[in-house]
Amino acid sequence: MTADQIRQVILDILERIAPDEDLSGLDDARPFREQMELDSMDFLDIVMELRKMYRIQIPEEDYPNLNTMAGTVAYLLPRLKDVPVSA
Amino acid sequence: MKYDTVIIGAGMSGLSAGVRLAYYEKKVCILERHTTIGGLNSFYRLRRRNYDVGLHAITNYAEPGTKQGPLSKLLRQLRLTWEDFDLRPQLRSSIVFPDCTLFFTNQFNFLTEQIAAAFPAQIDGFRRLVHRIADHDALNLERTVVSARQVVSEYIRDPLLVDMLFCPLMFYGSATPQDMDFNQFVIMFKSIFHEGFGRPFDGIRLILKKLVKHFRSFGGDLRLRAGVSQIQHRDGRATCVTLDDGTQIEADNVLSSAGVAETLRLIDPDNPPVKAPPGDISFVESISVLDCPPAELGHRDTIVFYSDSPQFHYQRPETPVDLRSGIICSPNNFDYAEPLEDGRIRITALANPHYWMSLPDDQYAAEKQRWNDRIVASAVQHMPDFRGRVIDTDVFTPRTIRRFTGHLNGCVYGAPEKWVNGQTPLSNLFLCGTDQGFLGIVGAMLSGITIANRHLLK
Repeated sequence: MTADQIRQVILDILERIAPDEDLSGLDDARPFREQMELDSMDFLDIVMELRKMYRIQIPEEDYPNLNTMAGTVAYLLPRLKDVPVSA
Repeated sequence: MKYDTVIIGAGMSGLSAGVRLAYYEKKVCILERHTTIGGLNSFYRLRRRNYDVGLHAITNYAEPGTKQGPLSKLLRQLRLTWEDFDLRPQLRSSIVFPDCTLFFTNQFNFLTEQIAAAFPAQIDGFRRLVHRIADHDALNLERTVVSARQVVSEYIRDPLLVDMLFCPLMFYGSATPQDMDFNQFVIMFKSIFHEGFGRPFDGIRLILKKLVKHFRSFGGDLRLRAGVSQIQHRDGRATCVTLDDGTQIEADNVLSSAGVAETLRLIDPDNPPVKAPPGDISFVESISVLDCPPAELGHRDTIVFYSDSPQFHYQRPETPVDLRSGIICSPNNFDYAEPLEDGRIRITALANPHYWMSLPDDQYAAEKQRWNDRIVASAVQHMPDFRGRVIDTDVFTPRTIRRFTGHLNGCVYGAPEKWVNGQTPLSNLFLCGTDQGFLGIVGAMLSGITIANRHLLK
């Protein structure tokens, strides 16, 4: 997957977790939590959705990498580069 | 077949936990002893009419699309939509004590104004209490027990106002007599006064059926008439559960919504590993079907909490039913787009479980009728007399509750002591539901979600 495709995957996950949020103006550099109502339960869901969809295990010490969209994409890019988008 | 998790009980908490686990591809089986789902919040059909058990109203009301609060949180977690719950807001409820009535709606300011008018000397204290409540994180699972009466009395000096505030909160969620844990008080205060009441037009069956459909669509198994009689264990771990018919089901984890005392008995019926007394707060409910909507008789309140004395007595009564106080609920009085099929008045009053459990079968029906009449007679002092308009009646007692829930005394809010982190003496056996400690319908669902997330999804 490319960075753009990973970004779209994350957007789809956020859409599922928080359907009442408007994500069209999301700033990739700012933390998700500053831009939407996302508590620790919801945050864990991002991790679990990724595990469910792409069998990727994200250890707890890596969670801070996932605070922003830019951080999440950068973290996932090497781990998902050989994974097809439709996985 | 071996499951990742078996869940004991297909009530709100077990079903919600099941949805979470099945969504994340765990192999899950929910085992329910009864012939239908729901547990404490269930439904039935009698003489061609639909009835709800348990549910008067769903607390924690929020407008569809709200991004914060427990209801929004649980919809997100369960991947459900606002339409799935179809909640309609209450019209107005009241707390009726001698010489004083406070009304409240789903707009918190309305209650504050009422208190300012009726208790001008207390309003500043009340406002400070509200701040204290807002700052309190009641969902922290590592909490300690603090007396709510002690905390509230630091802010409010008038004992009448204290009891009027406690009355709805205790009636709708206290497993302990006279006082509550402050955490519990905060949960109930927010869910009832801040957020308020709602109800689906079709009642509780709508939500339960949605949960089951959802659970099954993710691959979960649900077995009815499958009561668990024992939890087998070795070296401090549960290994499998044995059903009433002797079938054994293996699982890596067991999640029980049966209650603390009830679950400990499943581990060892004769010698439970820890002593945990079951609760004994239970109720009798009188359900009257009317030939007209209650509003036609002039009754427009959604729920009335009443006490005949300035001191509210919340405890197991010595008499079969405590006629001094009660809850009057009219499921008609929510803001629906169209009227319900028939008029309903439900009146709930504290009851003595031991009396109802030990009644001989041949006296049970007559006693239900006798106490129904007395409960109605006491309630009509606080609402228009509807007795000439009744076309059908049903009554449930602690005995009915025990049959539906398996709770030892037919207790409604579970054991006085909550096991908030969900852990038990067996390392892979967890508790959810009433005895984990989040109460009410929304609380029960959040309980299942929270314990599943914390212990079974990592």
